[in-house]
Amino acid sequence: MQAVMIGLGSCGIATGGLAVQRRFRELLGPGDERVTLKETGCIGLCHREVLVEVVENGRRTLYGEVTPDRVDRIVADHLRGGRPVADWIVDREGLLAGQKRIVLRNCGEIDPSSIEEYRARNGYLALRKAVTAMTPGEVIDTVVDSGLRGRGGAGFPTGTKWRLARTARAGHKVVICNADEGDPGAFMDRSVLEGDPHSVLEGMAIAGYAIGAEEGIVYVRAEYPLAIRRLREATASALERGLLGPNLFDSGVSFSVRLKEGAGAFVCGEETALIASIEGRRGMPRVRPPFPTEAGLWSLPTCINNVETFANVPWILTHGAGAFRSFGTVDSKGTKVFALAGKVRRGGLVEVPMGTTIDEIVCGIGGGTVSGRPFKAIQMGGPSGGCIPASLGGTPIDYEQITATGAIMGSGGMVVMDDSTCMVDIARFFLHFTQDESCGKCTFCRIGTKRMLEILERICAGGGKPEDVNTLAELGEQIRTSSLCGLGQTAPNPVLTTLRYFHDEYEAHIRDRKCPARVCLALVEFGIDPDKCTGCGLCTQACEAGAISGRSKEVHRIDGSRCVRCGKCLTVCRSDAVRKG
Amino acid sequence: MATEGERAKGVVMPAFGRMLWRHGGEPGMLIPLLQAAQDSYGYIPPLAIEQIAMATGIPASEIYGVITFYRQFRLRPLGRHVIRVCKGTACHVQGAEMICRTLEEELGIRQGETSEDGLFTFLEVACLGCCSLAPVVMIGEQAYGRLTPQGLRRVLRRFRRKPGGDA
Repeated sequence: MQAVMIGLGSCGIATGGLAVQRRFRELLGPGDERVTLKETGCIGLCHREVLVEVVENGRRTLYGEVTPDRVDRIVADHLRGGRPVADWIVDREGLLAGQKRIVLRNCGEIDPSSIEEYRARNGYLALRKAVTAMTPGEVIDTVVDSGLRGRGGAGFPTGTKWRLARTARAGHKVVICNADEGDPGAFMDRSVLEGDPHSVLEGMAIAGYAIGAEEGIVYVRAEYPLAIRRLREATASALERGLLGPNLFDSGVSFSVRLKEGAGAFVCGEETALIASIEGRRGMPRVRPPFPTEAGLWSLPTCINNVETFANVPWILTHGAGAFRSFGTVDSKGTKVFALAGKVRRGGLVEVPMGTTIDEIVCGIGGGTVSGRPFKAIQMGGPSGGCIPASLGGTPIDYEQITATGAIMGSGGMVVMDDSTCMVDIARFFLHFTQDESCGKCTFCRIGTKRMLEILERICAGGGKPEDVNTLAELGEQIRTSSLCGLGQTAPNPVLTTLRYFHDEYEAHIRDRKCPARVCLALVEFGIDPDKCTGCGLCTQACEAGAISGRSKEVHRIDGSRCVRCGKCLTVCRSDAVRKG
Repeated sequence: MATEGERAKGVVMPAFGRMLWRHGGEPGMLIPLLQAAQDSYGYIPPLAIEQIAMATGIPASEIYGVITFYRQFRLRPLGRHVIRVCKGTACHVQGAEMICRTLEEELGIRQGETSEDGLFTFLEVACLGCCSLAPVVMIGEQAYGRLTPQGLRRVLRRFRRKPGGDA
């Protein structure tokens, strides 16, 4: 009996996974009973997509970079001939070395649309144990004891939050799963929802039992169509089998889950804004207290946790708080999932025990940079986070120690940068994002970020003034202290951290009018590589400043004094001859 | 999605109408109703705002406020091919800016706009989630990864040559 599992998370689909699946279907045909074709979620090795795994008699072979053409040989040699195609095999164990998979325990291992496969891996046993053998207080004690902290980024102790919701006034209560993952460059929650939706639902049901809520809502980004589909399938099949709904495991406990699609507003990741959005209003944060655990959705006591937090819960109840606590540092227990991307050789989804250092993740698991040059910095925590320079690569993953660098743990985006990344440009990029997403309620966030962005844009365009650096720092400090919600309070972080660690790059932009990484077009000199230029004349036609000259089929040249640095020649050249210097 | 004729006549699409009738009076249904309207019409026409206001009792001005707050909602129809350019961090460090410039130049429109021939709509999105393929552009349902400005121009030419169908 053979099974073929095709990685069809969003990343697999984007790389052409569906075409691979079609080819397998064509070749295997409907009558072939020896081979079952299955779908699975993200295995995490995004740099090797499309991934296909062949399982026979417990032996597993993982193929990477599978294309429809390669399917033919895999079917002929491996499935029919029994000889694995050695050239395309991915060393799964080697690539996953240094990782510990708690949240991702089932991702890429099971068919996410099959509740039976989830149950075969101890799924819903933790919920059964909770409702039949434990009191709500015992469940909360276990979670407190495990040291689990909120994985959305802020790191509030989950058990404490549950206890607050439990002891809030009696009556109707609500559990909300925050799946409004909005950080650019972060896709952890999406991968969990796509690859293992039941673990999140089970975690929510356990939370519901613990705090005394019978209703759960998943607030999920509308931009995640596959995650939404998987969640719908999962809730329906759990309801059908009595694993959600009334009277779970004959305990008299009930819990039902419904989905609410977000409508695309980054600020809705903030809990009070999220509640406003579910209530059908503009998603603007409000003053806390009262905290949602006292008065949240429709003023009911509401417990809001992130996807990754919920996915940890069943594992903790099954394996015990002690097993969870055995991973991590003094203050941060368990593991953390990161979406490793940017200029890294092996990008993808990684889950490491807390306490693993940044160097171990970037250089070990990630294999260093694509270019082979040393990495310059990593960006953690998205628009709320900051850039940590390579010199602090020994910093362990731990809420407090990451915060001490000026960045934040965040939800798990980790973008690697090398010397071809301009740190001023990165600060501008993130500020542009938060400025755009600011809801407009607080003046400092609404106008302050706009002013900061204008200054950064001016610096990148070659008009920086010496006093800009101080103005940025001062504005940043005011926005940080005078905004109501997390978005505003953390918006200056990308600027403040780059000012702190890459002050020289700001100086180079402002004083020398140079962009060391050659990213800011207004600060670079354009030239043409004579060895590559074919004299096609496309750049001459495109140049509106009339700065490029040269005869047909001869090497062209750019007149620096007339060049306006628009970069058009760069985008039209077909022989990659335009150089930035 | 509605045809031009149906839009002009102000026909209420069945799926949206059902949703209005069933859930119009429930609290917190405004956003799902707007999503249903957009699913049916491809955008949110003035007619839908009126209908929702009547069914829910929420003033049209407040509905308009909600529509403009959220990125997902559109008050204008989309072009035939929707081009989504990923502006996530990973794409940014791999050159998404040049991709946007190239698109602006090729189509003569800015992000959020639709080309005059109605063929393309250019949208910037926060993250398409295939960071290892950066920079990424999605046209319709198809993702194009590791794009260069030149590569993007090639892809666009294919779409232009076959205006009716997929490239």
